Amino acid sequence: MSVLVLAEHDNAQLKGATFNAVTAATRVGAEVHLLVAGSGCGAVAEQATKIVGVAKVLLADAAHYAHAAPENLAALILSQAAAYSHIIAAATAVGKSTLPRVAALLDVAQISDVVAVESPDTFVRPIYAGAGLATVQSLDTVKVMTVRTTGFDAAAKEGGGAPIERIDAAADTGLSQFIGQELSKSSRPELTSGRIVVSGGRGMGSAENFSLLEALADKLSAAVGASRAAVDAGFMPNDYQVGQTGKIVAPELYVAVGISGAIQHLAGMKDSKVIVAINKDPEAPIFQVADYGLVADLFEAVPELTAALG
Amino acid sequence: MKILVPVKRVVDYNVKVRVKADGTGVDIANVKMSMNPFDEIAVEEAVRLKEAGIATEVVAVSCGVAACQETIRAAMAIGADRGILVESDADLQPLAVAKLLKALCDKEQPTVVICGKQAIDDDSNQTGQMLAALMGWPQATFASKVALSDGVANVTREIDGGLETLEMKLPAVVTTDLRLNEPRYATLPNIMKAKKKPLETVKPADLGVDVAPRLATLKVAEPPKRSAGVRVADVAQLVDKLKNEAKVI
Repeated sequence: MSVLVLAEHDNAQLKGATFNAVTAATRVGAEVHLLVAGSGCGAVAEQATKIVGVAKVLLADAAHYAHAAPENLAALILSQAAAYSHIIAAATAVGKSTLPRVAALLDVAQISDVVAVESPDTFVRPIYAGAGLATVQSLDTVKVMTVRTTGFDAAAKEGGGAPIERIDAAADTGLSQFIGQELSKSSRPELTSGRIVVSGGRGMGSAENFSLLEALADKLSAAVGASRAAVDAGFMPNDYQVGQTGKIVAPELYVAVGISGAIQHLAGMKDSKVIVAINKDPEAPIFQVADYGLVADLFEAVPELTAALG
Repeated sequence: MKILVPVKRVVDYNVKVRVKADGTGVDIANVKMSMNPFDEIAVEEAVRLKEAGIATEVVAVSCGVAACQETIRAAMAIGADRGILVESDADLQPLAVAKLLKALCDKEQPTVVICGKQAIDDDSNQTGQMLAALMGWPQATFASKVALSDGVANVTREIDGGLETLEMKLPAVVTTDLRLNEPRYATLPNIMKAKKKPLETVKPADLGVDVAPRLATLKVAEPPKRSAGVRVADVAQLVDKLKNEAKVI
């Protein structure tokens, strides 16, 4: 039996999360097939063939896969499921929407946000906002799971040579229609894959003040994140949110500025290699997890830091 | 239209839970329990739709131990009209809950089911999607805006790069994100009124659902501890540490 991985892409390019999902899939110890479903996505399938660890790329090209509607993706995966012991996707908005649907249609449990594969049926996943790590064993014949991208390294993008097999599209379910989207535009690295992340919290005070962090982020070639308080206050759009209910990040360096460090925020960043906290409150919980803490007024410290990085 | 809102009783979000020494789970004896925050948002949205004259009835449902009645009463204090408790002492996993909800949907025939996007205890983020699959209904997860009209729902969703808008045929399942609304506080008169609202209790067997768990939890461990590092005196020292000690910049 083989492992099927759902590739995530925008019909032109694979998303970074796919490479981490492939690595998780290889840990199962069986042949890995990558499913590319989209509209006019031949280039994506070509990229997919080069990923090290992928034995075959399945390509389903049809107009109704253009926007990754979970109803249609689930129907397609179901049509292929008989050949697979494991069905895996990254725990992104697409993966989280689609795989539980697949699991229910197969009448099996879904395992969310896996951070380690211990054996083909035993997995580790965080619970209670990361306060516990549960080791769970699936009693089902097919294992359907989403994987946390920060738990697995990205598979090499070049060096593989998998063949492409075109598969038939499943019928359009016609259950929902894509109307439009509004994407945040940014020239900075993607939050979940940035090597350095600079995040601001309520302490930033206003949306305008985030320009201080952006200047620092630009010096460091870092991605910008935000705490829930900063998002709720309207300082930043919500797709910048780091935490239990936002993005999970694990960069080399995480700089938390004006963030107190609530449990829900720590859930999204405490696996970062090095954490720096800049906060004027010496009692802030963020200092309990920070490798380097600076008790200072961020409005002085951040510009000074930006300048010091010259 | 009728709206069904599943609500879950979970450890209050402010509680710092501890892993039990024997590794069998987390210690939730004697800790404060509350309604899952995402479910509160779901109840609020349903009640707002009723206040706007779009929904006619809001039914709150909870699956679990007898104490889940409190969670249903809390939903009724926000404005749900009646409650259904599916009482069971079993470890109810998302697939089992989705099947119980399917049985209730078959019986109650709601036009929309509004669920929280995830419970803050198991962090699964599955039940709404599974219910939609079992019903053969469309789904809109992570909703930050919901507009219902005749037979159609327009939902704005939070996706990784921003927002996306979908149009779905009703009936459908919607799961709530934090940004959908700000739940109201239940007032004392409403809490008193909620005590008189009807609450029906059924068992999984009455609904013909097998709730046997499909995942066995072998152990629960503490995550690796991060220890507090050092305090630096000023920006210059911070830059020096990052360059020469941590070597990350």
